[in-house]
Amino acid sequence: MRVLRAAWLIARKDLVVEARSRELAYTTLFFAVSCVLVFAFAFVREGRAIEDAAAGILWVTLAFSGTLALGRAFERERQADTLRALLLAPTERAAVYLGKLLGLLVLMLAVEAIIVPIVGLLFAAPIGRAPLLLGALVVTGTIGFAAVGTMFAAMLVRAHSRDVLLPMLLYPIAVPVIIAGVRGTAAIFAQEPNLEAAQAWLSMLVFFDAVFVTLALWTFGPVMSE
Amino acid sequence: MPVETSSDFDAVDVREASRHYGRRRALSRVSLTLRAGEIVGLFGPNGAGKSTLLGILSTLVRPSSGEVRYGARTASELGDALRGRIGVLGHDLFLYGDLSARENLEFFGALYGVPDLGARVQAALGEARLEDRANDRVASFSRGLRQRLALERALLHGPRLVLLDEPFTGLDDESAALLAARLRRLRDAGAIVLMATHDFDSAEGLVDRLICLRSGKARELTFAGERLRDRYRRALAEEWS
Repeated sequence: MRVLRAAWLIARKDLVVEARSRELAYTTLFFAVSCVLVFAFAFVREGRAIEDAAAGILWVTLAFSGTLALGRAFERERQADTLRALLLAPTERAAVYLGKLLGLLVLMLAVEAIIVPIVGLLFAAPIGRAPLLLGALVVTGTIGFAAVGTMFAAMLVRAHSRDVLLPMLLYPIAVPVIIAGVRGTAAIFAQEPNLEAAQAWLSMLVFFDAVFVTLALWTFGPVMSE
Repeated sequence: MPVETSSDFDAVDVREASRHYGRRRALSRVSLTLRAGEIVGLFGPNGAGKSTLLGILSTLVRPSSGEVRYGARTASELGDALRGRIGVLGHDLFLYGDLSARENLEFFGALYGVPDLGARVQAALGEARLEDRANDRVASFSRGLRQRLALERALLHGPRLVLLDEPFTGLDDESAALLAARLRRLRDAGAIVLMATHDFDSAEGLVDRLICLRSGKARELTFAGERLRDRYRRALAEEWS
């Protein structure tokens, strides 16, 4: 309970800070919308998109904008070395990881709630065909991506080349999540939808989430000790 | 005032602690004892290993060899609760600029499980003389105001071991005198205070013992009747084994 309470305090603090500055929300949203618009100009001809393009573009946008949010979220903790202050708190260090993950998830999911309809609109993607399944894919994919990203962003917070290193470390590990997200979403958006396949990909995402979050909780404390 | 708990201790014993970063030796077989009710000054040139020693004592940095005992137990034996007995004022101030002074104290107080938090935060704001700026964002504060707030943040949970890295930075004469008075009160209440500083004038008459670090090696200096600055310079001019 103490871990969960500390995690909640950290997540709430992050959300209060973000509500005041809106820095992450604006930059992440602006980047994601720009990304989708550029892809729309490239891949949409006479109102029709290339088959499966919408699914790929949605997940590429989520991954890129998520990386931006991860980097900036930990840049805040670097400015006055507050990550050290969090690590000094008398609670399991996993609470720091959980709190940062929770705060990032809220932000990324809020951005995705805007981006998914925009993708649906620009690429004529049937986002209303299986909304719960699509929502579950996006949520579980985001959890998996953020679980790995939060771990690496925390590890790199004092590294000089953190902006370069974060995607280099994050994408190879998170690629199964992105592939599962793309294939599951493509199965929903296809002209002949295959919802069973989408559910299978969703199960795989749940499995990835369980593995990534468990591993991160297990290793965060030792990894963050200097 | 330090709060007594099961993870409490009345002395910190550093035994042959070394810390290497790759081939660079930041600390080399340092041994020292810190006792309750004393203020220990930690002096040394830049890069001497002061921050590494503070990091090891705070449990953030693991020694490459040797050990630190808090009372009779090590950090791993005491577990996470030990960190609730340690207060750290870092060179960076561990404050969130987008939160107000009150919100910073409330956040860290809640994280440390401080009882009767509202009253403790109000008292801390009073100690920092920030009652009238309590609801202003910390980003709008001068370095001196932030320094005063950061000290209260470090002391809010009543730590036994107080680790201070350049606590006089940015303080005007009046604030420095108030800080010195605050540290004396902590000492009288039984806290163990270790203060790394280059400010000999502020430390004069405040520290009970003087430890000098050079190239990762520590030496305790006696300074009866001698000014701290003179004793320190004399120590640096001597041969160190």
